[in-house]
Amino acid sequence: MKPPPFEYHAPAAIEEACGLLGSLEDAKVLAGGQSLVPLLNFRLARPAHLVDINRIGGLDRIYERDGGVAIQALARQAAVEDSELVARVCPLLTAAVGLVAHRVIRNRGTVCGSLAHADPASELPAVLLALGGHVVARSKRGERVIQANRLFQGVMETALAPDELLVEAWFPSSPAPFAIVEESRRHGDFALAGVVRAADRLALFGVAPTPVLADPRDPTKGLRPSGDLEATPEFRLHLVRVLIEKAFAA
Amino acid sequence: MRINGVVHAAPVDPRRLLSDHLRHDLGLTGTHVGCEHGVCGCCTVLLDGAPVRSCLMLAVQAEGHEVTTIEGLAADGAPLHPVQQAFHECQGLQCGFCTPGFVMSVVGLLAQHPNPTAQQVDEGISGNLCRCTGYASIRRAVVRAAELSPSPRRGAISESSSSSPLRAQGRGEGGTKK
Repeated sequence: MKPPPFEYHAPAAIEEACGLLGSLEDAKVLAGGQSLVPLLNFRLARPAHLVDINRIGGLDRIYERDGGVAIQALARQAAVEDSELVARVCPLLTAAVGLVAHRVIRNRGTVCGSLAHADPASELPAVLLALGGHVVARSKRGERVIQANRLFQGVMETALAPDELLVEAWFPSSPAPFAIVEESRRHGDFALAGVVRAADRLALFGVAPTPVLADPRDPTKGLRPSGDLEATPEFRLHLVRVLIEKAFAA
Repeated sequence: MRINGVVHAAPVDPRRLLSDHLRHDLGLTGTHVGCEHGVCGCCTVLLDGAPVRSCLMLAVQAEGHEVTTIEGLAADGAPLHPVQQAFHECQGLQCGFCTPGFVMSVVGLLAQHPNPTAQQVDEGISGNLCRCTGYASIRRAVVRAAELSPSPRRGAISESSSSSPLRAQGRGEGGTKK
């Protein structure tokens, strides 16, 4: 099994990467590759160009900004998991990143990559949404901030334009109490359903095309999760209710 | 890229996966390929001392990095690496297909947690699948491997993720990770 043919680019600077994304047709950004490379291996994705940002120096910082924590594009999930700064400022993110796949995957996978990939069952988009964080997108046209509630548009669809590189994610400090709970068939698998609680804000994942904010008083209102081999829509609704109870008991 | 201490040129074809490059181009067939989408863990190798899935990396991405495969843990004729020795002693394998991946993951686990708790052991091997269902003896092997591994010097500071694999295993001087 091998990925379909593509042209490989390994820019050494952000400007160079943005130049490539702005000029190439059908280009994909390769960061940690823990979601993109499986898609290539299965040939579910066939981009004409891969822009590998791993050679860009100084893009792996984790730092405090505006009362929250900023995670740059190449900060690995394992580094975020181990970060004392993140544990102090945003312990919800520490808890959430520990639920992403397995440590070996997190050694390579990036937080920004998870957000840009926008899998509806993944934890980090829901955390960004629950906390009201944002991402910073850079292109040749300039830089813009995209709020979490605008970022996630559909299944693996974001508001990022094809020429934009997600250079940084910003997570506000997590309020108390917080919780992230999920249910999956096996440890480390994608969640069948999950719940993020940040004080009285609630975000659900795995139950809609994007993570969704929910009203704690009537959290499943309007929710119509899809069914698959692993769980029926009814079972997912049941899970959401149970998980919300757990999140509020935390 | 350096593979088991030897410098190799990167493959010409950028779509060559690191796992295929190791096996087909370099003959390092100890790295096994199971699912090719990052689930089974059989293809786990060390990249600059930290375990990663070689099926989820392009070989060209390893350029400028240090890769350690199962062949690189102990030279032919030399004593086994403590993790290999522990798997041998505890019968931590049946058919052996998953074993190289488990061993490399456990090397990474012990670099992170030199004396892992039962929960850390379970967490550390949860990304590797064994279809012979030999998990009980694999768990015992991890505990034994921790006993066999020279304990890292207390208070020593690791040199970040780019420390050599030997150091990351806790064999060399210093290896304590936060």
